[in-house]
This record gives sequence, structure tokens and C-alpha cells, in this order.
Amino acid sequence: MEKVKKVGFVINPVAGIGGKAGLKGSDGREVQEKAIKKGITPEAHIKAERALRQLLPLREDMEIITFGGAMGGDIAETLNFKVRLVGRDKQYGQTEPADTEGLAEAALRENADLLLFAGGDGTARNVYRAVGDRIPVIGIPAGVKIHSAVYAVTPESAGQAALQYLQGDARKTREAEVMDLDEDLYRRGIVAPRLYGYMSVPDNRQKMQNVKTRSVSENMNLDCIATDVIKSMEKDVVYLIGAGTTTRNIMKILRLDYTLIGIDAVKNGELIGKDLDEQGIWDLVSRNRCEVVLTVIGGQGHILGRGNQQISPRIIRKIGISGIKIIATKDKLLSLPLHRLLVDTGDAELDEEFRGYVRVITGLDERTMCAVGTAD
Amino acid sequence: MSNTVIREFHQARWNEPIITELSVKGERGVLLPEPEEEILAETGELDIGEIRRKSPLNLPEVNQPRLVRHYSRLTQEMMGSDNTLGISQGTCTLKYNPKVQEHLALDSRIADVHPLQDESTMQGILQIMYETDLMMRELAGMAKFSFLPTGGGQAIYTNAQIVKKYHEAKGNTHKTEIVTTLHSHPVDAAASSTLGYKIITLMPDPETGLPNWDEYNAALSEKTAAIFITNPEDTGIFNDRIDEFVAAAHDKGAVCVYDQANANALLGIARAGDAGFDLMHFNLHKTFSAPHGSDGPGCGAIGCAEEFVEFMPAPTVEKRDDFYYLDYDRKDSIGSIKFYLGNVQAVLKAYMWCRMLGIDGLRQVAVTSVMNNQYMLAEILEKVPGVALKFDTGKRRMEQTRLSFEPLMEETGCGAIDVNHRIVDYGISELWMSHHPFTVPEPFTPEPCESYNKDDIDYYVEVLRRIAEECKTDPEMVKSAPHKAARHAPVGIPETSTEQDFEKLATTWRAYVKRFK
Repeated sequence: MEKVKKVGFVINPVAGIGGKAGLKGSDGREVQEKAIKKGITPEAHIKAERALRQLLPLREDMEIITFGGAMGGDIAETLNFKVRLVGRDKQYGQTEPADTEGLAEAALRENADLLLFAGGDGTARNVYRAVGDRIPVIGIPAGVKIHSAVYAVTPESAGQAALQYLQGDARKTREAEVMDLDEDLYRRGIVAPRLYGYMSVPDNRQKMQNVKTRSVSENMNLDCIATDVIKSMEKDVVYLIGAGTTTRNIMKILRLDYTLIGIDAVKNGELIGKDLDEQGIWDLVSRNRCEVVLTVIGGQGHILGRGNQQISPRIIRKIGISGIKIIATKDKLLSLPLHRLLVDTGDAELDEEFRGYVRVITGLDERTMCAVGTAD
Repeated sequence: MSNTVIREFHQARWNEPIITELSVKGERGVLLPEPEEEILAETGELDIGEIRRKSPLNLPEVNQPRLVRHYSRLTQEMMGSDNTLGISQGTCTLKYNPKVQEHLALDSRIADVHPLQDESTMQGILQIMYETDLMMRELAGMAKFSFLPTGGGQAIYTNAQIVKKYHEAKGNTHKTEIVTTLHSHPVDAAASSTLGYKIITLMPDPETGLPNWDEYNAALSEKTAAIFITNPEDTGIFNDRIDEFVAAAHDKGAVCVYDQANANALLGIARAGDAGFDLMHFNLHKTFSAPHGSDGPGCGAIGCAEEFVEFMPAPTVEKRDDFYYLDYDRKDSIGSIKFYLGNVQAVLKAYMWCRMLGIDGLRQVAVTSVMNNQYMLAEILEKVPGVALKFDTGKRRMEQTRLSFEPLMEETGCGAIDVNHRIVDYGISELWMSHHPFTVPEPFTPEPCESYNKDDIDYYVEVLRRIAEECKTDPEMVKSAPHKAARHAPVGIPETSTEQDFEKLATTWRAYVKRFK
């Protein structure tokens, strides 16, 4: 008899309703009430059901950990899964972000093998706050904003990724971005997603990232890319190493401390600045010859303007476009819409200068040509 | 419903040990007689001195009947182009290997030729090599051929060596980059890379699947040493601006190298030389009917334009008066790349094949291959549910087509790998999917070359149709396949496995002993 698999299941019942009401997201009681008042019907539970159906082949061997009602219990019971309720019933319209966090924490406490959650970027942030990278998660895309890479490509692929992960002998995971709108910028009227952190997701890039399939080892590729960058580092030049797991590998190989979601500075093999803000970078750029190493953040292909707003237009102008190195795996480039990178610096004129083709560092002495465009 | 009758199939499946596991200390397949006294009296005890092994040779010791059973069983577990349809193996051009060629290759006048015997005693095989060179020149529009590389990979590597030598001769020290495309064979990048070149790769245009002209021009520079390109690429789409691609590279002083390993769509139709290419290769074990796929021996025949003849590897086969000879004395040659003459048997088979078909026959090969593919593609898209044609811009596919089981996967949860586990239950070798990285999801690349007739193609399409239906009606059965074939689904190793999982995998006995014993 195989061990019973435990799956945490979280639905944010209001995810997605803001979008149908023409709003930028569904976060906040006010937005939700506005949407409900407009007569918007929720769809998150429908998407969650589409995902959960994919787990039916495991129905006899698994247990779903959830709250009763709209946060998961209703659907799991309708599909005749064995359900363990770990909190009181919550109905549509009664849920709070704290409930998402509470349920995610409960799943962690119960040693769930996997946590499946339906929502958008706000929901992902809640889950991240509750469990960090301590439990593998899969996001079922149901929200308005889906910038976070913890979401599978479709609800069905979320379920299939869960099925393959639970059935697999080798349970491999990888880190995936949790992104959401930068609230500070949002209050100033600028809509720009920010990188909040990384959660652990099954290493199934076909289902999770629109990568066509796993080909050669990603880790080996990342090492080759980092080696290429390090090999070409020059004396007395300051290297600003951007946010993300791809760039982190450079710091790891240099055996330097790093900021996963920020910009660090390296000069002559030493760390000379950590998690720098715009002013900190500007000070370095003003006094040194600098180069920037950036990678693609998020699923749309952004190399600037997502998760690295510290690299401001004045800094880019000072360094020059030729001083910016882009690194990414070929699989990542192929997963992007139209195989295209995007820049969104907030300065339309500067964005325009990026338009054309860049040589992305995709391996040791390997470059892949990639088109660069602007967000629109 | 199709009228095609699907043959009942059930393959032998032996839990046969590896030959090394059959070893019993002291067991022998052949007992050699002791030398007679008269001989011993003449020779005395032979002292071979230094060359005697310090430790005994670690070879399996197996008696002869067991050995024969062992290999007969493995043969029963095989699928090859002689007992199944090889249509699944796109880009590989698995065609019929005429048996008369095998008979002649085994003739002692070929099989027993020693590469070091005097040229005057091997005029026949040298003449065959020389005349095959002449035929290949005609077919490719090239000035000279060499048959020394023993595979496509080595042919590409040899061509990259020639590129390097050419630029050295010109004093071009700034030529450090090679431009290639993601849909060209990965060895085009890999072989050049091992010679120290920086590789610039073009992704396919997401609309057309072809390299994008503007992007290509952005990739070219004075640093470009060469372009290495396949056409038609893996997708089966022919780039009809190829001559412009070549001219643009020549403008930068780059050498243009054509990977024509699979030339089945273009034999007698279009020539590398006419498009302006400087270097190219044909795989005699694909296009020219010599056996392919470890049934070998293979040959990657490289052809070059006049300007590159001096750099070709040595020896070349030459003719003076009516005498054929080997020319080792070539001062600008990249030198020796293979012992002796390479795989002469493959050249012999290609020679016979070309002579049997003649130029009209060779052209018919291309026409039939492309027509077969048109028919099969239309049949698959009409009859097999869950198949999509990517890069569908209305452009005709040539001899093969990159297809996708993505819709099948979305609907049933079964994709190309599942179909592969099942197709062997029908006695058909598994689908070759795609080179890496995949540019379409759930890919497969069938190639119905000229060896297959309409019945074969109908049979093949009907098998695909049945499997796609099975994915809908009984996905569990498909996912637990194969049920009737010798081949197993890997146990405990994820299908998406990579070399990271080599802690679980061993690809040779030596690696197995080292890691797991």
C-alpha cells in the first residue's frame, strides 16, 4: 500500500473578479465589493475545479487538506476526494487574505506533499508570506494579474503538474518567482510588478513555464552562462548583478553573498554593494566604469522594468546599452511570447533605443539572437 | 474507418542479462589447440616480452551456444528498417538498404582489402571512391569530395577544421564567431564550439519557423568566420532565400557551410554549389542508402568549392593516367582525420545505389520523398486527432514535417512520450521527437522517404490514429505501455530525465561497475 499523499488546496474565491470589473486586480475589500456590486460572478472555483479534476486518478490514494466551503472544501467534496477540513467553513464574500495564509500554514503544519492554490499575484504573495519555500506549491492561474512564475500555464496544466509530481519517483523542485504590483509605485500611479521572492515549485517546466520540454540540464546551462560572464570580467570594472536566480548563479560561483531579489555590485571579484537602491547604483555608476548583468524576470520577457526598477533610465543612459549584458537559457527565451524580450524603463524614448536585436548569453561562448521590443 | 488491416504483433521480450553478466570464469567459446610438437621444436617458447599484459583482459567468458542464444535474443528484441516501418525516425532518412549492396560489401575483394596494401592491388576500390567523388560533385555542385569522416558529426567537425585552416591561411585572426540556427542540427554548433569558436544561434521566427532575415543580418559581422546551416531545417520548411543568406555571409568574408546530411528532398533538384555554399556534407548512411543508426558503418561525405580543395583532409583519392592512387602529400591540408580510408563499405554502397538509379532515378527519389510527405501530412492532419502543425503559414513541407501532439496532450493528458511507449506495441519504432531544445511542444517528426509506398503510409497513419483514439478511451493503458514489445518504459527514471539523473543511469558497463557495483 502506497503512502497516502496529502495535498493542501487553497482557493481565493474572489480571485479574478476585479479584472472583469475593469480593475487592475482583485486585492482589497473595496475592490471586491465594487465587483460584487457590479454583479460579477466569481470564476476562481471553476478554474480550481478544472485543475483538481486532473488529480482524479489519485483519488483513492490522496487526501485534500482545506477549509470547508468556498476555499476548497466544496469542490473537493463534489469530486469525491477524501477531504480533511482544518478550519471552519468560509463562504464566498467572507474570505480575507489572512484566510489564504492560515490555510497555507495549516497545510505546511500537516506536512502536505504539495500545496495547490488558485488565485493571482496577490494570492501568491499571501501564500509566500505564509510558507516561503518550505513546501512545494503550484499556482492555478485564476487571478487578474499573473506575473508570478509559480503559476502553471493553464488550470489543466497545474493539475497535470501536480499529478506528475505526486506520481513521480524523483520529486525535483525549482525556485519560481513571486511577483506582484509594486505598491509604492502603484500609489504613485505607476503600474509595475516587483519581485517579492521565490517559492518552490515542481521542476516541470513544460507545465509550469511554457517551456516546450526539459532538454539539457538547466543547472549545467546556468553554470555555463555564469562562467561566460565571469570569464569576461575586467579589472576595475564594477559589475551590477541583477535580480533573479539566473544572475544569482554568478554570485554563487564567485562565492559572494547575494540578494536574490535585488541588485548587488562586484568589483575585482569582491562584493562592494549589496541590495543597492537607485541612488546607491547611481553613486557607483558616477565614479566607475560599470556594466550591468540582467536576466529575464517574469513570463512576459521583461529585462528592464520588472523587479529591477533600481536600474533607472539615468543609470542606463550613463552606462550605455552596450554595457548591459543579458543572460538567459535558450529554453527561457523560447518560452517567451514571440521569442521577444521587453523593456519598460518608464522612459519611452529610452525604451525605443533598445528596439532591435541583442545577443543573449545562453552558454559558455554561446549567444542567442533575440528581438527586443517595448511593452506595447 | 480505414480499410487498412493492422497486423497482429507480439515481440519476444527476454529478461536477458548483459553479456558481461553471463561470464563464467574459465568458460570458452572456442578452444584453441595446443601447438604441435614439431612447431614448438621450431619456434621454442615465444617470449613476447614487454607487450604482455600486466593484468588479464577483462572480457566476458561465455560458451558458444550461450553466446549465440544471447545475440539471437537481442536480435528478436530489435526494431530496425528491415522489420518495421522507419517512418517515425524523421531527419534520419531510414530508407531501404538494398541487400545486393551488402553482398558485394562482404565480397572478399572488398572486405579483405588491407588499407596498407599496395595501391596497385586495390585499384578497384580506389576507382569506386574516385568515381563516387565525381558523382557527388555533380549532385552537389562542388569541386571535390572526401569520404574520410565516418559520421555526420565528424563531417561537420572536419568542415569546421577547414574553416579554421582557411582563415589562418588568409591571416584572418578576427574571425571568431560561427552563426547557426536552432533548427539546424545541434552538432553544427557543438563541433564548431569545440574548435574554440563562439556560437551565435538564431531562434526560429515564431511565425514562419525560419530564421528571420533581419535578425540574421544583425548576427553577422566582420567577426563571423562561417555560417553552418541546414536547409530544409528540421521543420521540413525550405528557406527559399538561402542564396541571399549565403551572399550576406560572403559579404562579411564568412565561409558558408551547408549541413546536408539529409539531402533527400533535393537530390538532383537543387545543389549546394549553385546556392553559393563553400563547404557541405552528405550522410551516405542517410540519403545514399547505406544503413543508418548504429547499423553502420557510416560516412559523412564532405564536399568543397574550388577555393577549399587544398585544405581537404589527407589522403585524397587521385587519378594519374589510368592509375588510381592516394595522395598524402598535401601541404595545406588539415591533415589526417581518420585512420586509412574511413568506412569504404559505405562509399561502395552509395556508389552502387547511384549507379543503379542514375540521375533520373536520383531525382525521382527526391520527388517521391516530397510527394510521400505531402500525402502523409494531409492524411495525419485529417485522420489523427490531437495533432497540430506549427509554423502553419501555408508553406509546403519538404521531405519531413515537425508536428505536435499538443492538442492530444491537452485533451487526454497523453503526449508524444506516451504515444512512443505505445507505438512499439504495433511493431513500429518509436517516434523521433526533435533536437534540443524543443521549439514546439510534444514534438514528433515523421519522414516517409521514397522507400515507402501508399500502403505503408496508410498503415502508419492508421496506427497513429488508433493510438490517438486509445489516448482518449484508455489513457491508463497507453501510459502503462508497452505491453507487447521488448522495449520497456524506464522504471524509476522520469521521462524528462537529463544527465542530472546520471546518479541513476549508466550508459556503459564500465560506468555501471564504477558507480553501482
